[in-house]
Amino acid sequence: MNCREKSPWIVHFNCNSCNGCDIEFLACLTPIYDVERFGIVHVGNPKHADILVVSGAVNYRNVRVLKNVYAQMPSPKAVVALGACGATGGIMADCYNVLGGVNQVIPVDVFVPGCPPRPEAIMDGILQAAGLLNVRQEDRNAGAEVRLTIQPAGEPEKV
Amino acid sequence: MPGSKSIIPFGPQHPVFPEPLQLRLMLEDEKVVEALPAIGYVHRGIEKLAEKKEYTQNIFLVERICGICSFMHALAYCQGIEMLMNVTVPDRARYLRVIWSELHRLHSHLLWLGLLADSFGFESLFMQAWRSREAVLDIMEATTGGRIIISTCIVGGVRRDISEELMAEVLKTVDALERDLEIVRPVVFDDYSVKQRLVGTGRITSEQAYDLGSVGPVARACGIARDFRETGYAAYKEIKVTPITETGGDAYARARVRIREMYQSIDIVRQAVRDIPVGDIAVSARGNPEGEVISRVEQPRGEVIYYIKGDGTKNLERLRVRTPTFANMAPLLAMLPGCELANVPVIVLSIDPCISCTER
Repeated sequence: MNCREKSPWIVHFNCNSCNGCDIEFLACLTPIYDVERFGIVHVGNPKHADILVVSGAVNYRNVRVLKNVYAQMPSPKAVVALGACGATGGIMADCYNVLGGVNQVIPVDVFVPGCPPRPEAIMDGILQAAGLLNVRQEDRNAGAEVRLTIQPAGEPEKV
Repeated sequence: MPGSKSIIPFGPQHPVFPEPLQLRLMLEDEKVVEALPAIGYVHRGIEKLAEKKEYTQNIFLVERICGICSFMHALAYCQGIEMLMNVTVPDRARYLRVIWSELHRLHSHLLWLGLLADSFGFESLFMQAWRSREAVLDIMEATTGGRIIISTCIVGGVRRDISEELMAEVLKTVDALERDLEIVRPVVFDDYSVKQRLVGTGRITSEQAYDLGSVGPVARACGIARDFRETGYAAYKEIKVTPITETGGDAYARARVRIREMYQSIDIVRQAVRDIPVGDIAVSARGNPEGEVISRVEQPRGEVIYYIKGDGTKNLERLRVRTPTFANMAPLLAMLPGCELANVPVIVLSIDPCISCTER
């Protein structure tokens, strides 16, 4: 048991979502569900975060942003993909601009099913991911090599 | 160096925005000189996919254009198909559509209120607004089975009825919500700190709003009395809606319009529950849509336009959606120049942007 499992910090990225998953995720933060009772803090900066919560499928334009956000997070880290779109692309899977589920781009630890998933399910997913953080830290302490699955996506695009 | 300009990319991943919108802000010190939106982060290509799916399957697709106003998207689409196929919707279904539309408007406006409060650092108002909103979601779940995407609209009517007992629950919910609003309203209307952040922020004139084609609360906050419910779709023929207008044209006026619209929505729900006739909730629609039609519905953010073209097969030839945030994007770009960087989130959220709608 360590601070990461007791109080994981999460960052949320709306990848290609219809807002359904996002507002259910935000509902988790509010008084009725109050995810903060598990020590979960929602932060805006990926460098502060342990868990990345992604909603929606990946498209050609935001794939670079998603990789960047993931690469900026310090290890050990975990990823939660929300909704049917996050898992496979869902109803949007056949759209021309959709690449598919989040796991096409970054490794996903927990898929939360539903369209949109209920806040209870989202909280459960985040807590399962928090449990993984501990396992990963122990692996690292035991001398396991930490492999960066995603290389940083290089210089940001010129504006 | 004084006088030099710098460009700051605002977003797409930003703590204030729940959605990936990127604004490229050209700054002179702290002052915004020009703003350019860079969109496409949530573009999926739904319009094209709608041509591949059957017209009945498309209802589920258009509901997922935007999860916040999903029922109104389905409503606009179904009304368009019904016009093409000459289907007359039963009276009870028209009233049920109004009830669910107004519940959606209530939850959308409360959601907006929370996000706006969050954007100027009023965390407790955010929590209060979202706490009240849960009551609306609960009644939506009780009546339809879904909290947000409720999938009750079908071509020819609605999928579910609301029983007498549940109607009483709906009334109880809006009563409780009105009590909650009585606490929240003075905070938004009169609180010194809130007014400091909102009054005069992102002001546009009535002419600008009209010329740039703004819709919904953005237009109404500039004194343009335009509300699409006046045209009498669904049961708005019987339930009269007077557009709520303010004259300020700033973020404060837009906030006032939306708060007052919540009271209006509560009244509409009460009227609809009182006047709802007994009868069927759907008629079966046979055949395929043929011809072209434009269907318009007032969403929480303004007016949505559906252009539907059918060729007599079960697939549509073309589906085009013009969403309210797209129309409000040009006014937003007119509001930003001249403001300070710290006010950008407040101004952006004061138009209640829905990027998923805009980019589809």
